[in-house]
Amino acid sequence: MSFDIALSFARGRRRIETTFVAGGGITALCGPSGVGKSSVLAAIAGLLDPDVGHVVVGGETLFDSTRGIAVAPERRACGMVFQDLRLFPHLSIEANLRYGERRAPPERRIVDFAETVRFLGIAPLLARRPDTVSGGEAQRVAIGRALLSGPRFLLLDEPLAALDAGLRDGIMAVIERIRAEFALPMILVSHSPDDVARLADQVVRMAPEPTSA
Amino acid sequence: MLLSGDEWAIVGLSLQVSLVAIIGVLPAAFALAYLLARGRFPGKVVVDALVHLPLVLPPVVIGWMLLIAFAPHGVIGAPLARWLGITLMFRWTGAALAAGIMAMPLMVRSIRLSLEAIDPRLEAAARTLGAGRLDSFVTITLPLARPGVLAALVLGFARSLGEFGATITFVSNVPGETATLPLAIYAALQVPGQEMAVWRLALVSVLLSLCALIASEMLLRRGRGRDRETTGPSPHVL
Repeated sequence: MSFDIALSFARGRRRIETTFVAGGGITALCGPSGVGKSSVLAAIAGLLDPDVGHVVVGGETLFDSTRGIAVAPERRACGMVFQDLRLFPHLSIEANLRYGERRAPPERRIVDFAETVRFLGIAPLLARRPDTVSGGEAQRVAIGRALLSGPRFLLLDEPLAALDAGLRDGIMAVIERIRAEFALPMILVSHSPDDVARLADQVVRMAPEPTSA
Repeated sequence: MLLSGDEWAIVGLSLQVSLVAIIGVLPAAFALAYLLARGRFPGKVVVDALVHLPLVLPPVVIGWMLLIAFAPHGVIGAPLARWLGITLMFRWTGAALAAGIMAMPLMVRSIRLSLEAIDPRLEAAARTLGAGRLDSFVTITLPLARPGVLAALVLGFARSLGEFGATITFVSNVPGETATLPLAIYAALQVPGQEMAVWRLALVSVLLSLCALIASEMLLRRGRGRDRETTGPSPHVL
């Protein structure tokens, strides 16, 4: 399983460009804020189409501008954990977790519900609404929701940024366990050198492009 | 309060006309609200203005336009009569159409505000979890828009109950067919000795309108309580 990514697209007046090849494990995507790291994750997930480039994950082409391929996001089997989490506010925590699980074909499921809930320590939250859980709890739920959707790979957008030191350790341990137990390749966006040093198997640095007027 | 049989029939007709009006108009109101909330297209300002037109035009003008369009030889009336054998003129269905069109701007506005308050990024999240466009619309957008849709129905209903000008212009004031509460009150006012009937019908109007407005406030409040994070500005008209 590997990522083969080459992307170029305009966001407003900026041009975002990145090219990298990464193996399994955790790939950290680093760079100054505003360089377009989140946009790159969105493009890999299929939420925005680059102007030029390709996204190949584990040998499967998800996007290729020259061949006119653009797989819809719902068919990319990508577990995305958004920086702003995006838990569904009208659904209970359990319904949030099950949202992707119910839509995943059985052969793609990698964990079952009870196992995920235990692993993440979120059993007491299941009946509650997202607006009643803490930031660290919500982060776990977002990770659980992505894991249960039967992903072939995970995209984690700043999963540690909003958390205080104690909670960061907990989430880092979760990410390390996912790598160890599920062998899911992950791309992790982070601007914390400490997190990157602890978690990343490889590092991709994005440099700001000169603005094209 | 004791109403005569005829007066109960007037109340019944009013409720029937208003219910059919808002239910008939709801799909169009939702589609327009969605278009205005999410669409990016040239001429959006014009569509927006057209939708709001019944709010500011004299109702008699809307009634006259309906009359022209749905007359036996009108652009809509002629094919309706020829192909479907339907005529709306002087019928309660015509009263429902007039009421629906007059209620449309309020309904679009209410639904649009609730749609605009929904974070489209939630739908993007649903897509990454395996939901297609329609699936994410039905499971994320629609439920989150529900408070706005319910408020639209209640407000539209209240507006329809009070509809007068477009209705009387389009379908006239036919007792038992198009004479809804306001039209019946107007007719009773023209007849000496009908003062008590006017009082009774006016009281019923006040009661029905109050109930609708209170219901709409309660729906909005409940919606806000539950979806605190996603319903931003609420579609108050009061």
